[in-house]
Amino acid sequence: MRWIHKLFMRCQLLIRRDRAGQQLQDELEFHLDQQIAENESAGMAPGEARRAALRSFGNPTTLRDQTRDTWSWNALELFLCDVRFGIRTLVRTPGFSVLTILVMGLGIGANVALFTVVHSVLLKPLPFKNQSRLVRLYEANSKGAFQDNVLAGGTFASWQAQAQSFEGMAIKKGIEYNLSGSAGQLPELAHAQQASWNIFPLLGVDAAVGRVFLPSDDRRDSNPTVVLNWGLWKRRFGGDPDVIGKTILLDARPFTVIGVLPAWFNYPDPKVQLWTPIYRERSPEVMSLHTAHNLDAVARLRPGVTIDQATAELNTIQRQIRRQFPDGPVNDAANIRPILDAEVFPLKTGLYAMFAATGCLLLIACLNIANLLVARAATRRKETAVRTALGGSRVRLIRGQVIESVLLSVAGGVIGIALAETALLWLVHVRKDIPRADSIHIDGVVILFTMGVMLVCGVIAGLIPALSSNDKQILRTLHESSRSYSGSQGGARLRRVLLGFQVGLTVVLLISAGLLLKTYSRLRSVDVGCATRDVLTMEINLPKGSYKTPAQIVTFYEQLVDRVRQLPGTHAVAVGTILPGEGHVRDDIFTICEHPALPKGQVLDASTYFADPGYFNAMQIPLLQGRLFQDDERLDRSGEVIVNEDFVRQFLKGETPLGKHIKPQGVEVMGADTGLEIVGVVADTLENVSGAQTPIIYYPFYSGTQRSGTLVIRTEQAPSALTLPAQQAIASLDPGLAVANVLTMDQILGKSTVAASFDATLMLAFAVISLVLAAVGLFGVLSYIVAQRTAEIGIRIALGAQRPQVMRLMLRDGLQPALLGLVLGLIASTGMAQLIRSMLYGTRALDPAVYLLVSATLLMTAILACALPAWRASRLDPMTALRTE
Amino acid sequence: MGKPSDLVQGTLDLLILKTLSIEDRHGWAIAKRIQQISREVLQVQQGSLYPALHRLEQQGWIKAKWAESETGRQAKFYSLTAAGRKQLDSETAQWARLSEAINLVVQES
Repeated sequence: MRWIHKLFMRCQLLIRRDRAGQQLQDELEFHLDQQIAENESAGMAPGEARRAALRSFGNPTTLRDQTRDTWSWNALELFLCDVRFGIRTLVRTPGFSVLTILVMGLGIGANVALFTVVHSVLLKPLPFKNQSRLVRLYEANSKGAFQDNVLAGGTFASWQAQAQSFEGMAIKKGIEYNLSGSAGQLPELAHAQQASWNIFPLLGVDAAVGRVFLPSDDRRDSNPTVVLNWGLWKRRFGGDPDVIGKTILLDARPFTVIGVLPAWFNYPDPKVQLWTPIYRERSPEVMSLHTAHNLDAVARLRPGVTIDQATAELNTIQRQIRRQFPDGPVNDAANIRPILDAEVFPLKTGLYAMFAATGCLLLIACLNIANLLVARAATRRKETAVRTALGGSRVRLIRGQVIESVLLSVAGGVIGIALAETALLWLVHVRKDIPRADSIHIDGVVILFTMGVMLVCGVIAGLIPALSSNDKQILRTLHESSRSYSGSQGGARLRRVLLGFQVGLTVVLLISAGLLLKTYSRLRSVDVGCATRDVLTMEINLPKGSYKTPAQIVTFYEQLVDRVRQLPGTHAVAVGTILPGEGHVRDDIFTICEHPALPKGQVLDASTYFADPGYFNAMQIPLLQGRLFQDDERLDRSGEVIVNEDFVRQFLKGETPLGKHIKPQGVEVMGADTGLEIVGVVADTLENVSGAQTPIIYYPFYSGTQRSGTLVIRTEQAPSALTLPAQQAIASLDPGLAVANVLTMDQILGKSTVAASFDATLMLAFAVISLVLAAVGLFGVLSYIVAQRTAEIGIRIALGAQRPQVMRLMLRDGLQPALLGLVLGLIASTGMAQLIRSMLYGTRALDPAVYLLVSATLLMTAILACALPAWRASRLDPMTALRTE
Repeated sequence: MGKPSDLVQGTLDLLILKTLSIEDRHGWAIAKRIQQISREVLQVQQGSLYPALHRLEQQGWIKAKWAESETGRQAKFYSLTAAGRKQLDSETAQWARLSEAINLVVQES
């Protein structure tokens, strides 16, 4: 009962506070009047009666305040009072407030944006039940050469049959299907996954409409079935549930739609449009090979089994497999990663580095604001002293200060969230390579984080100046006339220290930015070994259904190249399978017929490219020895290969490469079993801009075994002008064909450097902002010191000090913290550079040029920032200076 | 001018509760009553009554309502709640223990 009463009282005092105040006033008045009346009736004169009543009552104002103190919410009331006071103070200095809020907003915005990315991409679990037990399986090399090799079908079958650590194991493989249009829709190239039937139950996903695969759908003799992703179903089939049981054409073959996945399901990425059963789509022979590595394995650990235990078990199984198949590319170890880690580990360092950078930026912003507040506290020393003298408690004064800075940071935080939202839109747009980009948005956790950051920033920025003002100085402050040349030395010292830290952090950011910029410029200046300017490329995928024989394929591509060549503005046109700089796509093992057999367990391995006769000319890859493919070497007459320099360097050192024969394994080309003759050697090209040189074998594209090809057009002018005519040429040959990845070579190379460019740009932006903040800080501190020492400078000049001398004196004062910060920053940078080492390319962590340049930039900026106040000090008119006292 | 602390700490609450246990009163009447009963020995500074009254009200031991006073003017009358009655009992008992203890010490020396 009592608590209800209490609650009621509280509510009343909260809502009807003004009335309660009025009632208290009435109550006290009533008491006094009663006493006065009694005194009067006892014979006192009216004035005397009132004085006596007041005497016995006490000071009504004090008592009223004491009574109010007993009320609930009084602390809140005082707090609101402080907030109102803070807002009034800030509104009175709009310039200062706006500037600080913007600085805070920038810092918080950058920080929140990066936190959102880190949180959404790296930390937020995938939306599967018990996702902590979901893992990705890889084949690995026991010597540690590689850890993340995709699985071979046979290996997967062995693991699935033998391993006890898992509840289930599934495989999937990315593929593209030509999805034919119906009812006037255009055909499109659909990203798809072929997967074992159990992938959905394994992940814990059920169909939203219809059903997912059953074991009976996933056999070679099953009817072809397909499960659609929600997006495709909505977009292409209007969300019509009747699509279940209908037939759609994939690569011109009929598939029955059996189900639609729920809208939230976007694993492994949102681009996937549909799923087909893998054992239905791939031959049992392929699926039992231990050498063809092309499957992604997903598994669910049994409860209580750790990743280490499971890895140990798979290692044992894999070692046995290796013993069984000592030849060929069969691995001898296994590796397991948690499913989320598997998706995002390549991005981790970069994102965390950027997050740390925004943390630095925010800290710099805080220090800057603390610095400004220290200066303000100095100008408000009188106010503080008066308030203290009138009985304002120190806690209340500090609280007032902190509330002011928290107000600033809250306003900054609001701006920061808006900035972060914009920044995220931009980031998702620029970084298409980030997995799970669709899950990046500001949610409750981010808002909480932002509020935390706001609070921490506000408290840091407010506490530093508040604690620096000292109670003991009150009397002095009140005594002091303005004749105080020494001013508050403590304040100036504190500001210098803050500035030193700020400069130090700035140096760290500048050096990171420098290292990343150098990395980026190194990457961009890498010569991949072929034409990169004015080259247009587009991918074509001929459907199996309508292009059944190699002859049909060759005819199509030949006609296409011919037609495109007719277009005005083309220099050269060709087809191939893989472009330089596109990344590693495929490699196969081979033997050299002229060499003795290799010891057991050893294999030769080279990247597999296909090229038509015009390819090397079109890509401007120079021929070094021998000849190129010839137009009549096609279909069954295509028994030649061309290799690159690196191939010769690695496998045919000191020998004549021409005339040697290569026997590849698993490459579907004429003469693979009898040996293909090397007829030419071409210059090297890079697969990855930041990667090492790899040996490459070019097989003849006109052997007709490759359905997918990339059309390469070297143009006279801007390649974009040919985009449409080239696509029209394709449509004129086969209107049902979809074209994908219409890109220039510059774009392809740009794609591979997008992360480096992004990191460098962002880091540079942060560094520049913090440099500006540091410069503003230096300028402010020195101006403040000069203003404080006006009288001293006046006396010095009056006593005959030379103006350059004064200037030097002041400059030294300002540069001291900058130098301190520079040294601190350089030391910290050496440590930091080790952390981002994995992000660097062609750049040493302790690159002297970067360190020198950064030091010079910082010193120049510092000198510039200090020059004006120092110059002003040296221009002081001693008479005016002394009179200002 | 005496302060509330002139009274033994916490006894003001006891005095107020005791006074209100007889009948509902407004602040002035409580002050008068305490003075009369204590034969003018306990000179409570009248004003210090109010912080105590409001605190007790917040605690839910007494409740207040506005009513017409003897003089016909609106005054705030305080009355004891059930919880207040219990509190009075326990504070009385505590006071008895305390004063007994103090008496023992004082008499012995």
